[in-house]
Amino acid sequence: MVTTRRSAPLLLLLLLGALLALPQVLPRFHTYVAEIVLLTALLATSLNLAIGYTGLYQFGHAVFYGIGAYGTALTLTRSGMPAPVAFLAGPLAAAVLSLLMGLICIRLSKLYFGMIQISLGSLVWAVVYRWYSFTGGDDGIHGIPLPDAIGSPEGSYYFTLAVTALGVFAMYRIVRSPFGKVLQGIRDNPVRAAAIGVDVKLHQLAVLVIAGFFGGVAGSLFVVVENSVFPDMMFWTFSLEVLIMCLLGGMYTFFGPFVGASAIVLLRVFASVHTQYWSLILGTILTLVIIFLPDGVLGVFVRRPRAREAPDA
Amino acid sequence: MDFASNLFSAGTLSQILVGLSRTTILFIVSSGMSLILGVLRIPNVAHGSLYMIGAFAAWSVIQFLGGGLFAFLAAMLVAPLIVAAVGFVLERGFFSYLYEREHLMLLLLTFAFMLILGDLVKIVWGPEYRSVTVPAFFQGSAEIFGLPLPWYNLFLLVVGPCIAVLLWLVINRTNLGKIARAAAVDGEMVGAVGVNVGWVFAFTFVLGSFLAGLGGALIAPMVNISLGMDHSLIMETFLIVIIGGLGNMWGALLGSLIFGLSQSLGILVWPQFGIAFPYLAVVAVLVVRPRGLLRSTW
Repeated sequence: MVTTRRSAPLLLLLLLGALLALPQVLPRFHTYVAEIVLLTALLATSLNLAIGYTGLYQFGHAVFYGIGAYGTALTLTRSGMPAPVAFLAGPLAAAVLSLLMGLICIRLSKLYFGMIQISLGSLVWAVVYRWYSFTGGDDGIHGIPLPDAIGSPEGSYYFTLAVTALGVFAMYRIVRSPFGKVLQGIRDNPVRAAAIGVDVKLHQLAVLVIAGFFGGVAGSLFVVVENSVFPDMMFWTFSLEVLIMCLLGGMYTFFGPFVGASAIVLLRVFASVHTQYWSLILGTILTLVIIFLPDGVLGVFVRRPRAREAPDA
Repeated sequence: MDFASNLFSAGTLSQILVGLSRTTILFIVSSGMSLILGVLRIPNVAHGSLYMIGAFAAWSVIQFLGGGLFAFLAAMLVAPLIVAAVGFVLERGFFSYLYEREHLMLLLLTFAFMLILGDLVKIVWGPEYRSVTVPAFFQGSAEIFGLPLPWYNLFLLVVGPCIAVLLWLVINRTNLGKIARAAAVDGEMVGAVGVNVGWVFAFTFVLGSFLAGLGGALIAPMVNISLGMDHSLIMETFLIVIIGGLGNMWGALLGSLIFGLSQSLGILVWPQFGIAFPYLAVVAVLVVRPRGLLRSTW
């Protein structure tokens, strides 16, 4: 796949150019859809740090997205703090929650880890859903005031694009760093990684915090795009939907989740015009992908890492 | 002293009994999930959909037979059988080819089935709420320590222990049950001594589906039968089997009791956040015993 490697930077530049020009040439609704695609892609990429690169079954990822959004929304509406603080508060809250949940889950492996995470996630959801006086309960929070610079349609698009690009670039550097290589070593064989002196739990916790942080960043972008937050964005079914995005695009490639997220968001927008049976379509796609394309769309071009059935850590 | 006076009032006992009858449903459904988890190692997210199909199917059977006690009792048997048939199709049609894959793939496949089954229910039964009235035989209430308890809740309180005993007999006293238990501990070894593991898995999945359908049929008279009744239930069931210990039948019972009772008592202690109490109980258990209270088969 040498040709792919060589042409990749060029492709990315072309893509970035197209994205920069997008609001100038397409109507407002398309720009809005593009914003959703971008922030969802950021979310899926952050999940993939944990699941694709470290082998941690992060089944509650939507919670960090939701807490990122709520952190930002609550700071903007209730505290009177300046916007930059709010945009930092959300992701930081998500990172802290990720650390706390990680400390409980990290003692267990694989599916057990995942099931406890999904359960703790629904606990957080239940609290947000019920705490009317603070979070607005099931109504969520609407009409969140935004600074003028990002309040306009174009402003919010370029802000979303810039933050997504920076976030994805940062995660790309993390994956390519020695730290990232250690994560992949843990994924492929935790026992071997421990044997050569890697502190497995510490690395796992670190990647959970990083994934939670970027998931929270995606949530903050949601506030910019939608001006509102609601508890269903952190419901466990959405966590699994983001997981589908990673799987569809290819979990063992960096840009797989990006491709998967774009495909699913666009499909959903397209399908919702024509049918009310989106779940049926998504379920069928997922079934077909699992049976015929278990390595995802981009996985077709990349050799899959070996030792998937390594002993649990 | 609001909390205390709430807790030690006359209504507490009846609240506990009502909570216990809901616990019965939780136990029936989560014991099915626990079976599937223990033997097949699949956290079956579609389990809630099977429960929902059980409730809708019970409604249809009762409509078909025109109501009355007989129709009701027939529905309690036929609806779970329909769900068991759905389970059979899912297991033989899809899962049986994919057991070699990673568990992550199997979990996502059950999620795919949840999405598909949810929309199929919408297509078959439509998006409206359905409700089943309790047959005349179960209407009215019994007096327990001077407080009324609906006969139907009392009926559930009898059904729950019966199911527990029956399940115990199937699992511990029949050959199939013994083989399934052995497969839960070491599937490869069971295969090596000449047992067709595929059919053990099919049997387990069908039995688990039957239990999910039975739970759905039994709860039909107590709730609005609606699309989305699978969503909240599946998470409660997950929590129950996790705090009980994955794959442990008694764990499912213990987990249901903890979950159901903390729910009904929580509402007494703190009405607004009563719903959070079972979740707090779960976190408390997980912090102390991350693998659950009883020994897991995992």
